[in-house]
Amino acid sequence: MALTAARDTATPLDVERIRADFPILSRPAHGKPLVYLDNAATSQKPRAVIDAMSSVYLEHNANIHRGVYEFSERTTALFEGARAKVAKFINAPQTREVIFCRNATEGLNLIMHTWGREHIGAGDVIVTTVLEHHSNFVPWQQLAQQVGAALVVVDIDDDGRLRRDQFTAAMAKRPKLVAITHTSNGLGTITPAKELTAEARAAGALVVIDGAQSVPHAKVDVRDLDCDFLAFSGHKMLAPPGSGVVWGRAAILEKMRPFLYGGDMISRVAVDLTTWNELPWKFEAGTSAYVDAIGLGAAVDYLEAVGMESIHEHERALVAYALPRLLAIPGVTVFGPKTLEDRVGVISFDVSGIHPHDVAQIFDSEGICVRAGHHCNQPLMNRLGTPATTRASFYLYNTFAEIDALVAAIDTAKRLFKV
Amino acid sequence: MDDFYREFILDHYKNPHNFGELAGATHQYHDTNPLCGDEITMYLKVGVDDRVDEVRFSGKGCAISQASASILTDEVKGKTLDELKAIDRDHVLENLGITLTPARLKCALLSLKALKGSAWGLHEWPGEEAKTS
Repeated sequence: MALTAARDTATPLDVERIRADFPILSRPAHGKPLVYLDNAATSQKPRAVIDAMSSVYLEHNANIHRGVYEFSERTTALFEGARAKVAKFINAPQTREVIFCRNATEGLNLIMHTWGREHIGAGDVIVTTVLEHHSNFVPWQQLAQQVGAALVVVDIDDDGRLRRDQFTAAMAKRPKLVAITHTSNGLGTITPAKELTAEARAAGALVVIDGAQSVPHAKVDVRDLDCDFLAFSGHKMLAPPGSGVVWGRAAILEKMRPFLYGGDMISRVAVDLTTWNELPWKFEAGTSAYVDAIGLGAAVDYLEAVGMESIHEHERALVAYALPRLLAIPGVTVFGPKTLEDRVGVISFDVSGIHPHDVAQIFDSEGICVRAGHHCNQPLMNRLGTPATTRASFYLYNTFAEIDALVAAIDTAKRLFKV
Repeated sequence: MDDFYREFILDHYKNPHNFGELAGATHQYHDTNPLCGDEITMYLKVGVDDRVDEVRFSGKGCAISQASASILTDEVKGKTLDELKAIDRDHVLENLGITLTPARLKCALLSLKALKGSAWGLHEWPGEEAKTS
């Protein structure tokens, strides 16, 4: 596929109109226009999300599921309404399969501590990949070590794509659980999660998908994926931190023991016996971050109004614009796929002779926010043979001009370091 | 930014003084900044009266961490271990002469941590294994 088309700034989105919805984007950084390219770390919030949350506090805040008075009922309705929006957004068969938690990390830990501890024992096999964020790696590594299970880590090829041959070989070990990312936060690679899931389930494994980097950027459909669990974070998709989701098949969730014990998750408590609440509340002990969840509901409305396919298309256009320009700079190495297939708007790169921290600091003085470091991806960094990379990650409000600014800032850094 | 990446900092980064491993080191301490992957090993050869006869450092990292180590090691020769233990962070920051953001302070002070660790006769931060496992 040709990386540059004649009109290489074509996009289905009216980006200027979208930008106007995000108050923070008009704030300067070091006196320069803010160029926010750290969306894989967290996203900015549109006014619709901020307003949805502040209206709870300003107009009808009260604890959910408890009060019989109007404020509590209104807040509860919005909270449960947000759950229904999320369920529809990921095409969940049932709304009660959507469990609110803090973030993808907590959702993945929930699965590890409940299903994992009940079903994984000595001699069992867990399969994961070198692409994983620590949140979908360390829980399985620790579980394996604690119970004496084997952890098989599938490698990538030199282009950052998952080694399918290794994955297939790993399935021959009849794993109990397969934990894979849908999209790499370090490289932007989209894994063939649907095919991997089919293969893993055919081998008898339960399949956990980390959707933290896919759900915000493309249409993710759990029925189509046919996985058993999907975890993602609201804060990476225009919602506040504290609004995470773990989705699971009802039949599996029903049989799982609770994760956290306490209020709201019980049905009956006697001195010597407790029975559990129904789904999803069995897994939502204590007062939920209900305002954050309501913010997530508003974010889902916003994303759906823009259209997930258009967002994905826009990010592809940004990558198509950025990749050849970055690769044309002497001394710049791009990690991961160099083509547009199976990747999202995450570009990890290295500028020869300048450490990523220094690159990011020089960018900062130009008003450009990027991430420098290992991106909670140390196994991947080891595989790439680098301790750190500089990562630019895009979202629906980013522009082609911002990529020009990024390219210009690399030149500035090179001039400063005389490389 | 021109002020931040001053000429002398970039000189130390590109051509670090006292760089490399030190065969026959009597003291050696390795540390990392897990946030960014900066890495420094400090080597000392200590002779009579606990005085440093030779110093070297090895590692990789950003301009700030590597320049800071290069500048610091220039001062170490001839000092006693007790004198090394007494070097404070403000001194290191004055040597660099730039205002650092909180995130970059760790880069600037990694070499001091490594130097002090070696002066105290440690090889790595106590409990490091438990911390990173």
